[in-house]
Amino acid sequence: MRTPTAIIAAVSALALTAPVHAKTIAVAAGEGAQGRLQEALIAAQPGDVVQLGAGRFALTDGLSLDANGVTVRGAGMDGSVLDFSGQQGAGEGLLVTSDDVTLRDFAVENTHGDGIKSKGADNIVYYRIRVAWTGGPKETNGAYGIYPVASTGVLVDGCKVSGASDAGIYVGQSKAITVRYNMVEQSVAGIEIENSRDALVTGNLVTRNTGGILVFDLPNLPVMGGGNTLIADNLVVANDTSNFAPKGNIVAGVPRGTGVMVMANDVVTVRGNTLVDNPTAQVLVVSYPQPFTDKTYNPVPRHVLVDGNTVRGGGNEPQIPGGVQLAAAFGGALPAVVWDGQGAQPAVTGQDSHLLALGLPAEQIGMAEAKPRLIGGSVKVAIAAANPTGAPAALDARAKP
Amino acid sequence: MLMSATLAAQPGQKMVSELAVRGSDFPAVLSDYGFFADSAAQKPASGVTPYRLNIPLWSDGADKLRFVYIPPGQQAKAQDEGLLDLPMGSALIKTFKMGGKLIETRVLLHRAEGWVALPYVWDADQREARLTLGGKRIALTGPDGKPLSYAVPNKNQCKECHGVAGAVTPIGPKAYNLAPAWLAALQKAGKLDHVPVVTKRIPLWEERTRADAALAARGYLDVNCAHCHNANGAASNSGLYLGWLERDPIKLGIGKRPVAAGRGSGNLDVDVVPGDAAHSILYFRMASLEGGIAMPELGRAALDPAGLTAVKRWIGEMKR
Repeated sequence: MRTPTAIIAAVSALALTAPVHAKTIAVAAGEGAQGRLQEALIAAQPGDVVQLGAGRFALTDGLSLDANGVTVRGAGMDGSVLDFSGQQGAGEGLLVTSDDVTLRDFAVENTHGDGIKSKGADNIVYYRIRVAWTGGPKETNGAYGIYPVASTGVLVDGCKVSGASDAGIYVGQSKAITVRYNMVEQSVAGIEIENSRDALVTGNLVTRNTGGILVFDLPNLPVMGGGNTLIADNLVVANDTSNFAPKGNIVAGVPRGTGVMVMANDVVTVRGNTLVDNPTAQVLVVSYPQPFTDKTYNPVPRHVLVDGNTVRGGGNEPQIPGGVQLAAAFGGALPAVVWDGQGAQPAVTGQDSHLLALGLPAEQIGMAEAKPRLIGGSVKVAIAAANPTGAPAALDARAKP
Repeated sequence: MLMSATLAAQPGQKMVSELAVRGSDFPAVLSDYGFFADSAAQKPASGVTPYRLNIPLWSDGADKLRFVYIPPGQQAKAQDEGLLDLPMGSALIKTFKMGGKLIETRVLLHRAEGWVALPYVWDADQREARLTLGGKRIALTGPDGKPLSYAVPNKNQCKECHGVAGAVTPIGPKAYNLAPAWLAALQKAGKLDHVPVVTKRIPLWEERTRADAALAARGYLDVNCAHCHNANGAASNSGLYLGWLERDPIKLGIGKRPVAAGRGSGNLDVDVVPGDAAHSILYFRMASLEGGIAMPELGRAALDPAGLTAVKRWIGEMKR
């Protein structure tokens, strides 16, 4: 047990780390919210809190924050709503470009582009944030709900996203990432980890999306070589919304009804999830499907381990070419894990441990060339599990009620 | 603010206030700096030099007046073909005019802590421009005669375009986009250390139809897009880099798939399809006014017909 002295010492140490003149800047909803809120975000200094009042903030333009160590806090994810229905410019609702920022307890609705983007913003915390397109799944909705990119240290915790025409929660070109205890629905992708390393995706509920959780690596980007990602203890349920992503985006190729999808990447573990009624496949492991010229890019999945998941239903309406016939051949539903046959064979252990290898002879080859075969019972290939530490532990203190 | 009373140039002196430029405050009104001998006429004060760019940024059809201030006894340094390195205490001043009226003046100040970008909006009576840190929308009539919701950027948005690896930096005065005669005059006036050798210069915009299609379009893309679309800019994560000196066709968008375009893709597959502007995402986004699709994301509420024509011509002339 800690002695009172130790506690006092700890509290003092905490106080010393906060800037001396940290202040709270209160911003109420109502007339002139755009200018008042933006000016508060500009005036904020490290340690300050920009406190959003309860109510609906009618905004006409994107907001931005560029000061380190600032907290933007609302009166709850349903209490303070930044309403961008009347947005005229900018690519997102709120843009953060500074480090050590905490965004918590407010909502962003109906942005024309992305919801909240943070770029080059290290050690950022999104806590109890809600991003929604309130008209349901539509191609005209913005792409990403919560969009941290090019950052080291990302914690997305307890957030809710619905209606994103790309990914509800998208983490790109980043490392040291934790995405936990969130709920994403009615988006094309629930959660997407792209061109990123050391990501821990755990305890989330993703349902009624086109695809639940995606781990992708794409060519021709400044950060590539994604991997060491752990997808653990998530509820991935009935992701059966038709794909409504605008064509041209990589997620437009995600089959409706995909639970977890791994594309390219090195060392990805899918462990202890509950995968229920995802009608194409509970887990899909594939290579990058497009031609590319980038010599530094590896298009195939390597070291993928699917381990100890609880599986119910699914695979009964596979939206892959020839899927209907394939499902019929397997008695009405595909096995839980489907692999295109490129790269290293994934290991599958635990319940329903069969692996359907589609046997495509090369990347970018259509299903007409497939030679499907079932590999199993337990598909034992020696593959070490991913072991990401996720976001730095210091970020936890900013993600508490 | 304190500065208005104590640091402004005295009327009649027409001298730039070094303290306003270099200090750590944000002067509340533009006249605090003393950049103009006659601000209504945009007649610069002593030591403030006007300049033009071969191709300027499209700003909803606004006329733009550009000035550089280099403190007495100091010099800019030429850095190869690129950005002039302006000494501490320098300022870049850009005034936006629409329909003959002064709308806003943006200043970039080179201070000890780095470059600082501040926007000033002109009063209706055109006598003073006031600091507008949070930005502003102004109802104007656009160059096409249609109503225009003109956006003055907020201080952070200044940095979105002016940010290189997180620090504010000037964009415009690059040697490859400046007239040789202007550079020579600046050097002769003792304000530039030497006149840099430029192997390939951006053509003059008014001569674009006579210029090589690729040079005109690449110049336009450099000026309008490359401040974000470069390896250290706000759009670095796109992998689409549109700078004048870029040589990699994929980085220039040719055959490149989008990464985070969302509905900005317009249901098209790649950024630039040789020979086919109509199926090129780059052209589609330039031709849109819709938030979430339109590029550039900031500073454009009206289409630029001449820019679209130049880019269309470039893509059209590419071999399929």
